[in-house]
Amino acid sequence: MSDIRWFHVRRWTARHARFFEFIYAAFEHALVMMHPLFQRLGYARMERPVAAAERIIKGFLFDTQMCGSCTLGATGMVCPMNCPKRMRNGPCGGVRPGGFCEVKPEMPCVWVDAFNGSRLMRHGERIRDIQAPVDHRLKHSSSWLREVRRIKGSKPGGSRVP
Amino acid sequence: MSAGERDVQDPTRALKPGHSSAGHLEALLRSGEFAVTAELSPPDSSDPEEVFRRARFFDGCVDAINATDGSGANCHMSSVAVCALLTRLGYSTVMQVSCRDRNRIAIQGDVLGGAAMGVANVLCLTGDGVQAGDHPQAMPVFDLESISLLQLLRGMRDEARFQSGRKLMLPPRVFLGAAENPFAPPLEYRPQRLAKKIAAGAQFIQTQYCYDIERLKTFMTVARDLGLPGCAFILVGVGPLASARAAEWIRTHVPGVYIPDAVIARLAGSQDQKREGRQICIEIIQHIREIEGVSGIHVMAYRQEEAVAEIIQQSNVLRGRVPWYPGLDAARAGTED
Ligand code: SF4
Repeated sequence: MSDIRWFHVRRWTARHARFFEFIYAAFEHALVMMHPLFQRLGYARMERPVAAAERIIKGFLFDTQMCGSCTLGATGMVCPMNCPKRMRNGPCGGVRPGGFCEVKPEMPCVWVDAFNGSRLMRHGERIRDIQAPVDHRLKHSSSWLREVRRIKGSKPGGSRVP
Repeated sequence: MSAGERDVQDPTRALKPGHSSAGHLEALLRSGEFAVTAELSPPDSSDPEEVFRRARFFDGCVDAINATDGSGANCHMSSVAVCALLTRLGYSTVMQVSCRDRNRIAIQGDVLGGAAMGVANVLCLTGDGVQAGDHPQAMPVFDLESISLLQLLRGMRDEARFQSGRKLMLPPRVFLGAAENPFAPPLEYRPQRLAKKIAAGAQFIQTQYCYDIERLKTFMTVARDLGLPGCAFILVGVGPLASARAAEWIRTHVPGVYIPDAVIARLAGSQDQKREGRQICIEIIQHIREIEGVSGIHVMAYRQEEAVAEIIQQSNVLRGRVPWYPGLDAARAGTED
C-alpha cells in the first residue's frame, strides 16, 4: 500500500521537476552558506542529524533511497535508485510498452519519468552526464553534507558526454 | 570470393595501429565489411562437445559467436567457459558480461581470464531481472550497470589498472561492445542513451531484435544526426520467429522484445508458419543491409540455430564472403586438389 502512495508523490514531483529543480538549487545554496557553521560544529557530528533530515525530506518528496551519491538534479528529479536494477545512466532495454518497469510491471519505469522530468528542467541536459557507480560504503550517509564539502573543496564532478 | 581468417588467440601479440584488440571481428568492422554475428545459447551440460556442436551450425556464415551470460536470467554454462572452449578451435567469440549475477570484483577477474584464453570481444550488459528466469528467488546483484561496466573495462584496458587503481601486468586487449534497444520506451531517449554508451567506451553495438524496420530507421536517422555510426559499429539484432503463438509468448514474456501486430498476423495467416518466420527474417535482414550507418547484423535464433546458415545464404547478406571456420582450411585444400 505504502509503495503505491510513494510513487504517486514521486511522480508528482517529477511532473514539477522545473519547480523542484529551482527549490533544490536554492536549498543547496543555503546549505553551502552554512558551511562555516558545519565546520564549527564539525561535519562528523552533523552527519547523523542532517542525514536523518535528508532522509525524511527527500524520502517524502522523491522517495529517495539514500545511496549517498545523489544524482537528483541530473536525473529529472527522480531517484534512480528506485529502479530495481539500480540503473544510474538511463533505462534498461526491458521497459514495457506504455513505459512500465520490466521487473515490477505495476510501476512506471523510473527512467521514463526521469527523462520526462529532465525535459522540463532548466539544466535537463545533465541527464547526459555519465554517473559513476555507487560507492556502497556511502549508503545512508548525507549527500547534502558531501555536496557542500565538494563545492567548498571544489573537487571535480561527473564526466559529460560531448 | 574472399574467405576470412582464423581468429588470433595470443593475448600478448602486438596490435595493429588504432586497434584495441587482436580479434578478427574488430579488424573486419574497421575494414568496412558488413559483419554477421550470432548468438550461441550455452548448454545445460558440462559436455564440451555440445558447445562445439552448437557452434558448427554457424560454420561459414558467421564472423563471431556471442556466448550469452545467463540470458533471460536462466542458468546455463557460463559465457567465459563457452568462449574459452571456442577460442581453442580458433573461433572468434564475443563474451557477454551481465551485471545481474556478479559484482565488480568478480567481473574484472572474469574479463582478465577471458582475455588470457583468447577472448577479443566483450559485450557489456546490465542483464535481465531475476524475475524473468528460472531462479526468481536469487539475489539480484547489479553492483554496476552497462555504462559503468563499459567505463570500468575501458579503464582496465587503456590504463592497465583495476578500478581500485592496482596495476595490471598485461591489460585485457578487448574490443568493447554494448547493447541497445531502439524499440523500447522511451523511444526518443534511446539514441541519447546510445551516445552515452559510446562515450563510456562502447566500440560496437548489438541491438535487441528488430521486427519493425520503420522504428529502426527513425532511430538510425537520429543516431546519424548525432554522428554515432562513425564512433561505433552498429549491428542490428534479428531472428526468426517459429510461429504466431511463439511470437505472442515472446513479446509478453521476454523483456524488451517488441513484435508488431502486423508481423504476428502475417505469421498466423500462413500455411507454414516456421517457413514464414524465416522468410520474414530474411526480408528484415535485406532491409537492414540498406540502412546507412548499419555495420552488420546479430542473429539470435533461439532454438532455431540450424536455420541460421540458410537465412544468411538466402538473404545474401555476405555477398559471397565466407567467414573463417575450423574446417575451412581443409575444405579449401580439398577444392584445390
Ligand atoms: S524498466 Fe526502468 S525502472 Fe524497471 S528495471 Fe528497467 S530501467 Fe529500471
